[in-house]
Amino acid sequence: MYDAKKLKEIEKSLAAWAKKTLEILDKRPEREERFETLSGIPVERVYTPLSTPESDYMKDLGLPGSYPYTRGVQPTMYRGRLWTMRQYAGFASAEASNKRYKYLLEQGQTGLSVAFDLPTQIGYDSDHPMARGEVGKVGVAIDSLRDMEALFDGIPLSKVSTSMTINAPAAILLAMYVQTAAGQGLDSEKLKGTIQNDILKEYAARGTYIFPPAPSMRIITDIFAFCSGNIPMWNTISISGYHIREAGSTAVQEIAFTLANGIAYVEAALEAGLKIDDFAPRLSFFFNAHLDFFEEIAKFRAARRLWAIIMKERFGAKSPKSLMLRFHTQTAGCTLTAQQPQNNVTRVTLQALAAVLGGTQSLHTNSMDEAFSLPSEEAVQTALRTQQLIAYESGVANTVDPLGGSFYVERMTKEIEESAQTYIDEIDEMGGAVTAVEQGYIQKEIQESAYAYQKAVEEGHRIVVGLNKFQDEEVPPKNLLRVDLGVTESQVAKLKQLKAERDNIAVDSAIGKLKKCAQGSDNLMPPIMEAVKSYATLGEICDALREVFGEYTAVSTL
Amino acid sequence: MPVAKKKIRVLGAKPGLDGHDRGIKVICCALRDAGMEVIYTGLRQTPEQIVQAAIQEGVDVIAMSVLSGAHDYLFPKVMELLKKAGASDILVIGGGIIPEEDVPSLKDVGIQAVFGPGTPTMDIVRFIEENVSQ
Repeated sequence: MYDAKKLKEIEKSLAAWAKKTLEILDKRPEREERFETLSGIPVERVYTPLSTPESDYMKDLGLPGSYPYTRGVQPTMYRGRLWTMRQYAGFASAEASNKRYKYLLEQGQTGLSVAFDLPTQIGYDSDHPMARGEVGKVGVAIDSLRDMEALFDGIPLSKVSTSMTINAPAAILLAMYVQTAAGQGLDSEKLKGTIQNDILKEYAARGTYIFPPAPSMRIITDIFAFCSGNIPMWNTISISGYHIREAGSTAVQEIAFTLANGIAYVEAALEAGLKIDDFAPRLSFFFNAHLDFFEEIAKFRAARRLWAIIMKERFGAKSPKSLMLRFHTQTAGCTLTAQQPQNNVTRVTLQALAAVLGGTQSLHTNSMDEAFSLPSEEAVQTALRTQQLIAYESGVANTVDPLGGSFYVERMTKEIEESAQTYIDEIDEMGGAVTAVEQGYIQKEIQESAYAYQKAVEEGHRIVVGLNKFQDEEVPPKNLLRVDLGVTESQVAKLKQLKAERDNIAVDSAIGKLKKCAQGSDNLMPPIMEAVKSYATLGEICDALREVFGEYTAVSTL
Repeated sequence: MPVAKKKIRVLGAKPGLDGHDRGIKVICCALRDAGMEVIYTGLRQTPEQIVQAAIQEGVDVIAMSVLSGAHDYLFPKVMELLKKAGASDILVIGGGIIPEEDVPSLKDVGIQAVFGPGTPTMDIVRFIEENVSQ
C-alpha cells in the first residue's frame, strides 16, 4: 500500500524512535516484559505501515461485500440493516418459553433463538430414565410436534426468523418447525431461520452427540439436499466455534477448528453428489466474542477472509454467496464471573462491541446472572438493551468496518489467518476434521489451552477483575430464575395423553418407513417429516435411528 | 524419613446429560498435578454408574460437576446410592453452576463442599487433602 521509498523513511524513523524509547525504558520500564493477546500472540509496542509490508489492499481487504470479504459480507453492512438481535432463550415447558419469546419480541428483539433442554438435544423423551432431573432445565422440553405448536403459538413465523440450537436431532426439530409453520398456513419456501446441525463440534466440545460420525454426516448432507429444494432460505447449519472457545480454546484454535469442520461438511456434501453452489450459500457460522477486544475483531475478519479463499480456491465455488462467511456471535459465557456479577454487564458490552466491529450478522448478549443460573427476565432485558445501545447510541454502526486499515488490526488479522491456516493444514494431513476428532486431537488441544488459561489466572498472570484482583465482599444475587422438577411431571403427563390420542398405527408405519430408509441411502428428511406429522415423539424417532445407526462412544483424552 | 503416603484416589464425574466438561477436566489435571490419582468418567454417567465406578476403583473422593441445573436431582441420588452401597466414607464434593440457595440442602444429604465458578483449583486440592479419610 506504500511505495518502497516511503517505507524506507518510516523504517529509519522507527529505528531512531526505538533507540530513544529504549533509553526511557531503563528508567521507566513498561508494565510487562512481554505483551501478548489473550491467545498468546505477541503484541508489539506500536504498529506502523511496516507491520504489514506485503499488504495489497484489493487482494487482502477489498471492498465491503466483495471478495475476500475481509471488510464485511454486505456492501453497506449496518447502514442498510442492523444485525439481528437474537437472545438465546428457552426453559421449562413450551408454554413458559412461548411467554418469554413474546416478551423478548415486545422488547424489540428481532429474531428468535430456541434453547432446548438436554433430553431434547440428545433425543430422549421427557419420560426416559436418562432424562431424570434434566427436563426443562437448560432449555425447553420438546417431545413432539404438539410441544412445538405450543412453543410458537401466537407467534407469526412469517415475520420472525428462528434459530434453533439443535444438533444430533436437528432434522427432527426442523421437520417439527416446518409442520408448525404449515399449521399457520405458511409454506416452507418462506421460512427463515437456522438449525445448528453441527455435530463435529459436539464430539469435540459440547457433548450432545447421539450417532457415530458417518451416519451423522449423512443426516447433515441429507438436510443440505432437502433444504436446497424445499426450504431455500433456511441456514442448514451453523458451524460453531462458540463452544470450542467456551471449552477453553484460543482464538486461533476457535476459527481453525471451526473452518476445518466446515471443510469436512463441504467435502461430505460433495461426496454425496451435491453441487457446491447449491448448498454452500446456506452454510452459516457461529463464533464467540471473548475478552481481548482487538484480537476478537481481527479473528472475525480473518475467518471471513480464510473461508472465502477456501471456498474459491479449494472448492471452486462460483456464487459470491458461497464465498461469504455469515455468522452469529454470542458473548463469552465462560468470562462471566459469579463474583461482583454486575461487572458482567461491562464485560458483555465490550465483547458485543467487538462482535459488531467484527461485522457479525446476529448477536446474543449474555446476561449478568448467568454464572448462577439461567437468566432472569430483568437481566435479559439489560443484555438486550446493551445491543440496542451499541446500535442506536454509540455511532459504531454508521460506517462499514471502522477499524479496517488500523495497523494493529490488519497485522493481527493476518497473523490469526496464518496461524489458523497452519492448524488447518495439520488437520488436513491427519485426514480431516472427522479423523482429528476421532483421534481426540481437537479435544486434547482445547483441553491443554483451557488448563494453561486456568493456571495463568491462578498464578496471577491473568487478571480477572473481582476474582483475583479488586475483590469485594460477595452478596449472593436474588431473583434468580428457577426451573423446578415439576416440569418433568407435566411433560410426562402430556406424553401419556398424546400416545392415547394419536393414531398409533400411523406412527408405527411412519417409524417403520424411517428405519427402512435409514438402512438404505435415500434422503432421510421425507420419512422424518412423515413421522413428525403422525405425532411420533422425538424419542421414538431417535430410537429408530439408534437401532440402525448405533451410538457414539466418546474417546477419552484424560 | 517420613513414610510415603498412599496416593489419594479421585473419581472425576459428570452425572446426567450435561456436556460442559471444561471445568471437571481442568480440575482433574490440577488434582493429578497435585499428586493424586485421578479417574475421569467421561460424559453422561448415571448416578448408578458413578457409584459403581467409585466402588470398583476404590476411590477416596468423588468430584462431581453439573452445569445444567440437574444437580438438585443427581447429587442427592448419588448420595443415596452410596449410602445403600455402604460407601458413605467416600468424600463427595460438587461443583458447577449451582445457586447459593441450593447449597445447604446438598450439604444435608452429605455433599461435603460445593465449589462455584472462579474457585482456584488449589482450594479444591487443599479441601480434599484436609478432609479425605484414608
